[in-house]
Amino acid sequence: MLFGFEWDLSSPLAFALSILPMLGTGMLVTIQAAVLGFALALVLGLVWAVLKSAPLRVIAWPAAVVTEFLRDTPLLVQLFFLYYVLPEYGIVLPAFMTGALALGLQYSAYTAEVYRAGLQAVPRGQHEAALALNLPPTRKFTHIVIPQAVPRIVPAMGNYLVSIMKDVPVLSVVTVLEMLNVARIIGDRTFDYLIPLSMVGAIYLIMTLVASAGVRALDTYLPKEGIPLK
Amino acid sequence: MSDPIIRFDNVVKRFGDHTVLDRLNFTVNRGEKVTIIGPSGSGKSTVLRILMTLEGIEGGVVHVGGEPLWHEADGVTPASEAHLRKKRGEMGMVFQQFNLFPHMTVLRNITEAPVRVLGLPKAEAKARAEELLELVGLTEHMSKFPHQLSGGQQQRVAIARALAMRPSILLFDEPTSALDPELVGEVLGVIRRLAEEHDLTMLLVTHEMRFAREVSDRVVFFDQGRIREEGAPEEIFTDPTEERTREFLKATLEA
Ligand SMILES: Nc1ncnc2c1ncn2[C@@H]1O[C@H](COP(=O)(O)OP(=O)(O)O)[C@@H](O)[C@H]1O
Ligand SMILES: [Mg+2]
Repeated sequence: MLFGFEWDLSSPLAFALSILPMLGTGMLVTIQAAVLGFALALVLGLVWAVLKSAPLRVIAWPAAVVTEFLRDTPLLVQLFFLYYVLPEYGIVLPAFMTGALALGLQYSAYTAEVYRAGLQAVPRGQHEAALALNLPPTRKFTHIVIPQAVPRIVPAMGNYLVSIMKDVPVLSVVTVLEMLNVARIIGDRTFDYLIPLSMVGAIYLIMTLVASAGVRALDTYLPKEGIPLK
Repeated sequence: MSDPIIRFDNVVKRFGDHTVLDRLNFTVNRGEKVTIIGPSGSGKSTVLRILMTLEGIEGGVVHVGGEPLWHEADGVTPASEAHLRKKRGEMGMVFQQFNLFPHMTVLRNITEAPVRVLGLPKAEAKARAEELLELVGLTEHMSKFPHQLSGGQQQRVAIARALAMRPSILLFDEPTSALDPELVGEVLGVIRRLAEEHDLTMLLVTHEMRFAREVSDRVVFFDQGRIREEGAPEEIFTDPTEERTREFLKATLEA
């Protein structure tokens, strides 16, 4: 019994059906962790990108160091750090929040790079034309730069969304009951690992296919007439 | 009679150790059409870019419409953003690479700034854009995107876009250098009409010598960040006094 659901060991099919609600509960946790981590990565990555492009070295440098660190150390190390070290300084977060934070932090270093590349792909002449026409900086950003950068950014961001979903199982080591962890617990208790693990694989495949299709749909829907994309 | 609308007083411009403009003195009078010629790297674009405040300066004073862009006290002190906006509003710039907004239609390229910066009602901005498109001969291309137009057409849109802000000074930085030879004529034709029919002050960098000779009131020969020679087009083109000018013109005409 798990999450109030009982497993049925009478036949493989019955077993599979009976554990589906348990895995479903784990899947929701996986999706929530991925979505929350990704949202954090999207916001924080933009912050890093802006800081790193700051003309002042004292701002750009620390941002560059931090993102380099986030990108080049394993997710698990960062996760352990947040999970075991932060509480020593009185910051105690639920395991789920710690996990989502770790995902968001690591992926913010990747998204920062995507933003930077996307923003740099907007030619300098666009900024100069906007300035020559006296367009206010905010208007320039929202109506000249963003529309030209976003179509370049979306496909790469989509890849990171899929990638972050596939990294959620790492959170199981800090007790988060995401889908793989649930499958393992079912296996531990029923001595049948094959069916729950296969089901996790299948559900993952469906989730990533759906996410990719969603990103592609967004990409098709975005206006990009006239914007040179490579 | 001289009524300088642009005045460079001992302007110094450096990029790192490289001094691009070394105490440049240069004026353009109201309504005058001035062409800057000179070898590549001599600082021609820099002059226009300083006027448009795309570049700052290290010394001297640049006056536009009788007021300095930046004030010189100890070094060059920045002017307020509001002041620079006002000064930029008196000028329009046409770039070598057109720099149209690729994700906006031709109409939107022209109306964006008048609506957002001058606060014109959309209908009025559109009416004005239509007039300007007629002037540059592109009325039927209004709802196309820049990539659907030829280079010559794009540059004519860029000219219309600059004019839509009602500048009193128009700056052209090699407006035909990025164009295929067969498209140069249509752009020069538009600029020529502007020069003949409007009292705009025009400052034009070009390598089109015949055109320069026909439209300008004065030709300025730049060499290594200085004015080597300036004068009426007939003087410069037929009887330059400086050896450097001769060499440059000879090399350009042979090319
Ligand atoms: N952003 C820049 N950084 C460094 N050097 C520059 C920059 N812009 C122009 N220069 C240098 O300034 C000089 C004058 O450039 P420019 O005004 O573009 O010349 P022109 O338009 O006459 O060809 C050149 O030597 C060029 O290399
Ligand atoms: Mg130039």
